[in-house]
Amino acid sequence: MIGPKGLFVSAVIAVGAVSYLFTGHPEMSWTLAQIDDYLLNILILMGINVVLAVSLNLVNGHAGQFSLGHAGFMAVGAYGSAALTMFLGQAGLTVLQPIGGLAAPLLFCIVLIFGGVLAAMVGLLVGIPSLRLRGDYLAIVTLGFGEIIRVVIQNADGLGGARGLTGIPAHTTLGWTFAVAASSIYVVGSLVNSTYGRGFIAVRDDEIAAEAMGINTTKYKVIAFTVGAFFAGLAGALYAHFIGYITPEGFNFLKSVDVVVMVILGGMGSTAGVTVAAVALTVLNELLRQAEQYRMVVFALLLIILMILRPQGLIGNLGSWLPRKRGRS
Amino acid sequence: MNELFQQLVNGLSLGAIYALIALGYTMVYGVLRFINFAHGDLFMVGAFAGLYFHKWLKPAVAGWPDWGVALIILSSAMLMGAVLGIIIERLAYKPLRGRPKLTVLITAIGVSLLLEYLGQLGFGAAPRGFPTLLEARTLSLAGVRISSIQVTVVVATLLLLVGLRFIVMKTRMGLAMRALSLNPTAAALMGVNTSAVISFTFGLGSALAAAAGVFYASLYQAIDPFMGVLPGMKAFVAAVLGGIGILSGAALGGILLGIVETLVVGYSGVLGIPPGYRDAVAFVILILILLFKPSGLLGKSQREKV
Repeated sequence: MIGPKGLFVSAVIAVGAVSYLFTGHPEMSWTLAQIDDYLLNILILMGINVVLAVSLNLVNGHAGQFSLGHAGFMAVGAYGSAALTMFLGQAGLTVLQPIGGLAAPLLFCIVLIFGGVLAAMVGLLVGIPSLRLRGDYLAIVTLGFGEIIRVVIQNADGLGGARGLTGIPAHTTLGWTFAVAASSIYVVGSLVNSTYGRGFIAVRDDEIAAEAMGINTTKYKVIAFTVGAFFAGLAGALYAHFIGYITPEGFNFLKSVDVVVMVILGGMGSTAGVTVAAVALTVLNELLRQAEQYRMVVFALLLIILMILRPQGLIGNLGSWLPRKRGRS
Repeated sequence: MNELFQQLVNGLSLGAIYALIALGYTMVYGVLRFINFAHGDLFMVGAFAGLYFHKWLKPAVAGWPDWGVALIILSSAMLMGAVLGIIIERLAYKPLRGRPKLTVLITAIGVSLLLEYLGQLGFGAAPRGFPTLLEARTLSLAGVRISSIQVTVVVATLLLLVGLRFIVMKTRMGLAMRALSLNPTAAALMGVNTSAVISFTFGLGSALAAAAGVFYASLYQAIDPFMGVLPGMKAFVAAVLGGIGILSGAALGGILLGIVETLVVGYSGVLGIPPGYRDAVAFVILILILLFKPSGLLGKSQREKV
């Protein structure tokens, strides 16, 4: 693996370059002219998918707790942040008036974090009872919680009910998306390489043995789950302020499956592989837009064949062939 | 009081369908210790098989009595489900024997998606009408309105349950199934043909799911490629509620779940739960049962051994 610091530094440079190039510097207008809206949209979707896949990978891959409810946490983040922007955005701008031009970005930052924290809180509430279960039971219970979240939103008239929430201001830019994507990779990467990471891996590889060694398995599982939910919430918040229109149906079981496919193709437990898979699948989704009805058939077949022939994922263990620093595993 | 009975009747017919699907989950879990995620989609395949067999057979059987045609359609749909179930097991699950549970689970999700989207390709995404197999009459019993289809569904379910019990308890194959679910290694050592028994179990469970599909379609008269997702998950909840791996538990869990769901919707005003929460009921039950009695209503708790 490239160390988390290396990843972070390269991500910061990328974010700086990207935000400089694409956020209205008239003297650089030649770059703006070359990137059209369509490409920009795909790049933003790519970033959101990277956040989703990397965060789910923390839960499913590193900690080995197969969750099928990621779309639920994304929904919490999307609805929470959108509601904050729409109901309190104007008041927030007035309060932050004194700091001038920084008011709008700061407010959006607060909104994003609010979405993430809300999702993390729901993740904590869901995780504490359900992480006592294992394997397929956990998968079904997380799926159940995801559906419950969706049904609750569907019946919340204040949030638009089944019709959804429309007219969310479009604050998400490429810079924001890449910043969140970079920090999710950084946080997950450093978490996995820390003492916590050892705990996650122990829990994944053999829960009973880990428990016998004195590892508080519940604690590690809940931490992974909550951090995963936090970033899913951030992704949801970005998505809501990008599309401008969210419905409960958009966060159903199939959305969770989309993310699961990214994680599995990339290789469970490989942050780099999952990032590549998220980028590749976003592009593939666009290319297959003409053949929408075949897309899911292909993904389903891919999932089955992959599990039989190559369960570690298409690009699992990516990065293991990169030069390692001595003294780091 | 009448309203309560009315809700109970409606709940019973829905519960009978859940019970039929739940039996498949429980049987497969019994022999393979894994949750067949694609089971709900065999329910969908059964319903579509019913639709198409009705279309194809109608000219051939003109003039036959209605119940005869219905019986033929039901049994051909069940046969179709059984064959598909066995094919799926052979192609997708058999190569994974002995692999980690998670691998098998992901494969099952893949099979489920494959069936749903192939169904969408083949049948279209829009809901289709289901033909009336038997003329519906409404019986009125002391103010409670019971449709003859509801009665037929419940009676047919009971007959299928009796037949299943006979197969599991009185035949050699049933004996082999029970042996396999008790201890796979010992069963293999005693000469049980493990592969054949697993295939048979898949076929049997899938046939019941297909029958449930035909019943469901007859009751609600509309079918689409994604119709199996929710009933499938709810039937899984039913299987866990009764105690997964236990046949009578699956039947009990299915009927209980059907009744509870109908009652929650019927008395939403009294309970203060909006009827929109209908689909959440099953999942709340699942979470409660897994937290407080994971072995299910009829199950005995087992310690996990290293």
